[in-house]
Amino acid sequence: MSASLTLVILMAVMYAAGVYVMLERSLTRVLIGFLLVGNATNLLIFIMSGRAGSSPIVTGTSLLDMVDPIPQVLILTAIVINFGITALLLALIYRSWWLAQLGDEGDTLTDEHAGESAGEADATFRSSSDDDDAIAESIEGFERGDGATSDEVSRNRPANAGGRAGASARNTPVPDEGDQR
Amino acid sequence: MTPLVPLIVCLPLLGAAVALTLGQRRRLQVMVSVASLAAATVMSAVLLVLVDRFGPAVVQVGGWEAPWGIVLVVDRLSAIMLLISALMLLGVLLFAVGQGIVDGDTEAPVSIFHPTYLVLAAGLFNAFVAGDLFTMYVGFEMLLSASYVLLTLGGTGARIRVGITYIVVSLVSSLLFLSAIALIYGATGTVTLALIAERMPDLPADIQLILGLLLLIAFGVKAAVFPMSFWLPDSYPTAPAPVTAVFAGLLTKVGVYAILRTQTLFFPDNQFSMPLMIVAALTLLVGILGALAQADIKRLLSFTLISHIGYMLFGIAIGTPLALAATIFYVVHHITVQTTLFLAAGLIDRVGGTTSLSRLGGLLKSAPVVAILFFLGALNLGGIPPFSGFLGKIALFQAGTIVGDPIIYVLIGVGALTSLLTLYTLARAWNLAFWRPKNQVKDYTSSMSASLVEDPQDEGIVLKKTVSPLMVGTTTAMLVLTLGLTIFAGPIFELTTRAAGNISSPSTYIDAVFPIGTGAIEDTNVGTNFEGGAK
Repeated sequence: MSASLTLVILMAVMYAAGVYVMLERSLTRVLIGFLLVGNATNLLIFIMSGRAGSSPIVTGTSLLDMVDPIPQVLILTAIVINFGITALLLALIYRSWWLAQLGDEGDTLTDEHAGESAGEADATFRSSSDDDDAIAESIEGFERGDGATSDEVSRNRPANAGGRAGASARNTPVPDEGDQR
Repeated sequence: MTPLVPLIVCLPLLGAAVALTLGQRRRLQVMVSVASLAAATVMSAVLLVLVDRFGPAVVQVGGWEAPWGIVLVVDRLSAIMLLISALMLLGVLLFAVGQGIVDGDTEAPVSIFHPTYLVLAAGLFNAFVAGDLFTMYVGFEMLLSASYVLLTLGGTGARIRVGITYIVVSLVSSLLFLSAIALIYGATGTVTLALIAERMPDLPADIQLILGLLLLIAFGVKAAVFPMSFWLPDSYPTAPAPVTAVFAGLLTKVGVYAILRTQTLFFPDNQFSMPLMIVAALTLLVGILGALAQADIKRLLSFTLISHIGYMLFGIAIGTPLALAATIFYVVHHITVQTTLFLAAGLIDRVGGTTSLSRLGGLLKSAPVVAILFFLGALNLGGIPPFSGFLGKIALFQAGTIVGDPIIYVLIGVGALTSLLTLYTLARAWNLAFWRPKNQVKDYTSSMSASLVEDPQDEGIVLKKTVSPLMVGTTTAMLVLTLGLTIFAGPIFELTTRAAGNISSPSTYIDAVFPIGTGAIEDTNVGTNFEGGAK
């Protein structure tokens, strides 16, 4: 059995990073760790299919040249399962953030924008569209090719970005690393 | 009989789909889920009779032959597990229906209960009938995903907190299992159990050791074997009573089944006997010592659950046909009795308003039926003759003395001690909750309750709810089933002996999957030894 050294190294790095991140307290990091380790495992299955070759289609490919299709089938199934579990974990993380911020009373809060018209609601949520405008502006600046990389753009507006971050910190509850554990 | 094998997996899945669409119409939803599980129970009973009479049922899914396609195999062991788990699932479902009727629940989280429960059933059945490792993995994932939802049902703070621990632990074990599958595929070029069994003995001993240990660790987490068992007592008791009952009865036993299957099939020489013995002894001791300190009945039962997994590992470690027969018998006994006890604990919770021993009292007078249910279940779990718990343990010990290694005698001693300590903890629980008069509960001091530690999540609220006749009825029916295991222990033990005869020689299983032998596969295999084969 022969395997690509690059893949083996990549797998090892992903396993190491994934296990490291999984041991953190924050749930979002645990999720990232799970994704890394899950994909490292998928790579492991892939490495087990041996050397590279042409696609395993029965007609038009010689048997000698064909790669082993079974690991690819297994990976596909594993990816789908990991996807579903990731979705569930995200929902749980959101729920635990919700409970950590608002407690059980959070479920009984009324919608404070319930009685507003469309125009009023627009005015309330103006702040988020401001962010979109700022992003669009910086992208345009980059596309005009005035030599500013994205790094420089962000360095050019530290005061502005800092001000906005401060404002959003006042307006929205900041998650305490995802949960209380 | 072969159409029954895939049907037993598909029917609960179909029922789940129908139940999901009937979320608004509760009565119809209940009928669909009860009907599909009842049908699954009948099918597994028929399957057990047929398999016992005519040999293993093998299905090549989609007509693809064994090493290339998915193969489903039901031998006697699988059929026994199918029948007992279908019975438990049906009983617990009826209990949950009874509880739902009393509570008058109509909210959204409850409408998701039935579909999820049926997916859990389908995953369990799939894991039992799987003829290749990857299908087993898919079955595990099905039942685990369903269990994540069931454990966090309603999304309250406590359930989310323990649910996340449970999910992360399960995910790690699933990833270990998947890595084990990858490595086994790399080493043998197949995931079909029967073909791995054929090729595993040819591998170098050190590679066999790595693969075997990986599988043991992955399944050990699921079965809650000693060093990997600390997640269980925190997560199980927080779930609703019926969910805890079905988790306790069945989820850990899937891990035990997987260990039993892979150990007997891949490692017939029993190379892992010694590590299994040590782990079994530690599981027995640490589990029961944990149970001694618990004031909460559900947590206490969770610790006895961990502890008694040790008996099954002990049987697998001895590895003789007699020991395996005793193990299968013990698995069946333990599934029923543990589910019954957790359901009884659910009843105690409702009549007493709490499951904490320091606040319960006088239940013998206020709920005599629950008292009898818990008492008989406790005696059975503790291994008092003539109950099935006693019979299972004595069969295990007999099988051990025939082999007669010094370490086996140590384990028999540990097993007997665990049995006595189980009896002590359960008798104490019964004394405090049922026998002690209600007016003595306040400021009660006794050496009996000195060592008790409260459940960290217990809020000390006493909230009484009524009990429906259906809940008591199903718990009684389950208890009658455990008594049935005692009365019909002879025929059942003969059946498990035949099942153990099947699994103790892997050739039976291999011949069932490959009736014309595996010689032809070697030549055309598209696995890792493909280059050699195609020339």
